[in-house]
Amino acid sequence: MWIYEKKLQYPVRVSKCDVRMAKFLIEQYGGADGELAAALRYLNQRYTVPDKVIGLLNDIGTEELAHLEMIATMVYKLTKDATAEEMERCGLGAHYANHDKALFYGNAAGVPWTATYIQAKGDPIADLYEDIAAEEKARATYQWLINMTDDTDLKDSLSFLREREIVHSQRFREAVEILKEERERKKVF
Amino acid sequence: MKKTGDNYYDLLLEIQQVDFVIIELNLYLNTHPNDQAAIAQYNECVQRSIQLKRNFEALYGPLTSFGYSFSPTPWQWGKAPWPWQV
Repeated sequence: MWIYEKKLQYPVRVSKCDVRMAKFLIEQYGGADGELAAALRYLNQRYTVPDKVIGLLNDIGTEELAHLEMIATMVYKLTKDATAEEMERCGLGAHYANHDKALFYGNAAGVPWTATYIQAKGDPIADLYEDIAAEEKARATYQWLINMTDDTDLKDSLSFLREREIVHSQRFREAVEILKEERERKKVF
Repeated sequence: MKKTGDNYYDLLLEIQQVDFVIIELNLYLNTHPNDQAAIAQYNECVQRSIQLKRNFEALYGPLTSFGYSFSPTPWQWGKAPWPWQV
């Protein structure tokens, strides 16, 4: 069961209508290393990992849903006042033809999200290493996005998300150590 | 019930700040379950968060539904603004 809270995890403000940047940000909405992939990956893996790390996957997966909402808010705010012509000029003509200003789960190049982006191996170490890699790739993507905008409000929200990837990666690394320790202990007894 | 304005953004920010500490401690405690100081800080922040939300909801309507907040009359939950609109 999930409870919705009518607030963003961190404020999202944008300084101007910017369709060009919205197109790039969609990478973190429905791209391979984006927030949708992250949330669905962890919330799906949690069923078959050892008890000691279920809580971590459950909670990070839940936080990713809040990040998905932040990215959606950025895209929504950056495009809501755009004209059809602006959408087309900034590379979202094909998106506009299909979706108007509605959001859609795809990457920056318009490729729809696919479950093949994520894995659940049934091997906790393999799953956690994938999760660490996913966080590091998302961190890098946020850096590239920050490099592509001069909107200080947008940079602020993107920096928050970049930092969260670092924290999640750290927690997953600790989870790996916890499982390794447990494995060693079992060998002793 | 006011829409936004007045202290809406300031009060919301205070909630976001304390809830951020809560999430951060929550994740940390998942891998450090015996850190007593962190647990104490977590519980303190939960108390603070409950107070801040009670105050915010009295002014601007419920932050949660599904039985986690009381509703005034008429039913307030479906009313704007939603988070991406502010």
